[in-house]
Amino acid sequence: MDFVDYYKILGIDKTASSAEIKNAYRKLARKYHPDLNPNNQDAKANFQRINEANEVLSDPVKRKKYDQYGKDWEHAEEFEKQRQQQAQWSGSRSSGYTGGSSQNDFSDFFESMFGGGGTGRSRQTKFRGEDYTTEIHLNLVDAYKTHKQTLSVNGQNIRITIPAGVENGQIIKITGHGGPGVNGGPNGDLYITFSVANHPSVKRLENNLYTTVELDLYTAVLGGEITIDTLDGKVKLKVKPETQNGTKVNLKGKGFPVYKSEGQFGDLQITYSIKIPTNLTEKQKALFEELRKSR
Amino acid sequence: MQTEHLIALDEFCASNNIELSFINSLQQTGLIEITTIQDSWFIDEDQLLLLERFTRLYYELDINFEGIETITHLLQRVNALQDEITALRNRLSLYE
Repeated sequence: MDFVDYYKILGIDKTASSAEIKNAYRKLARKYHPDLNPNNQDAKANFQRINEANEVLSDPVKRKKYDQYGKDWEHAEEFEKQRQQQAQWSGSRSSGYTGGSSQNDFSDFFESMFGGGGTGRSRQTKFRGEDYTTEIHLNLVDAYKTHKQTLSVNGQNIRITIPAGVENGQIIKITGHGGPGVNGGPNGDLYITFSVANHPSVKRLENNLYTTVELDLYTAVLGGEITIDTLDGKVKLKVKPETQNGTKVNLKGKGFPVYKSEGQFGDLQITYSIKIPTNLTEKQKALFEELRKSR
Repeated sequence: MQTEHLIALDEFCASNNIELSFINSLQQTGLIEITTIQDSWFIDEDQLLLLERFTRLYYELDINFEGIETITHLLQRVNALQDEITALRNRLSLYE
């Protein structure tokens, strides 16, 4: 457990007055408050640190204890026992900010010195529980089909259905699966961010898929039939004679499923890449030569 | 028919220990919409998160209504820009 320098966190001197502490705290709270920094985990962590610093430094009793034993916090318990025998705990309250989360976001250092969480807003308020955030990593094939997945969030297993067509970076909210409410307030929500990895051969843009298919020279020149792999299985395609390199073919409805729109799909665009034969035999070269002369 | 979930504002104010006049000011600045049923004020459940955020900004950070309005507008822009960044990143992956 590391020592936490609350003065440094608030950017103030050890001799700072309560007004200076309040000002420094308010300034930083406005900068890092989670309401002003949505989905910013760094800001949230900073906010928790400054909230904790204020919790201690704005309370004269806690500040005195911190100033006296801060760096040597292991002796705080001893100090506490002695102090309890000598005097009654005044139980004064400071006015910390909630940041829309529960009250249990204090460091181990704080807990060891002062026990429990902070006092939060001085009004006896029902707090909505903390919102949890998590990330689910999927590959393109997983995201193609509706499927169920079990998540473990803060020791709790949650089984969710992931609808087909979920996008990379998309955030979905699971109501009531965040932290528990305080003083009878409602539970927070769980926000899941999806990270959909790229497929080695198929690119996705919204609901359309893009892929490149190699075509041998003879099929490209003479035409024919090929079978290609799609995310939905194999598809047979007719190749027109004299197909040029880079020719694009659009397969309607063979793309990615549209999110929460059953039966609707984007398109699959295929680009032909014509492969020139290599390692030709003398006879093959002669045939090509003959072909050239005939043109 | 769609069911509307309404929250009584006098209960919200009582449980959060805030003045009803604060909610009234939020309505006047157009930040929230209030439904009146038989002289009682309600807000739609969808707006509860917003109202809680405005309450924190006002009471905890001492931000006035003009400030809340500005912050709300800027946060909307931030969200829109974040969505745009995500969409552009996805588009960029086509060329990677």
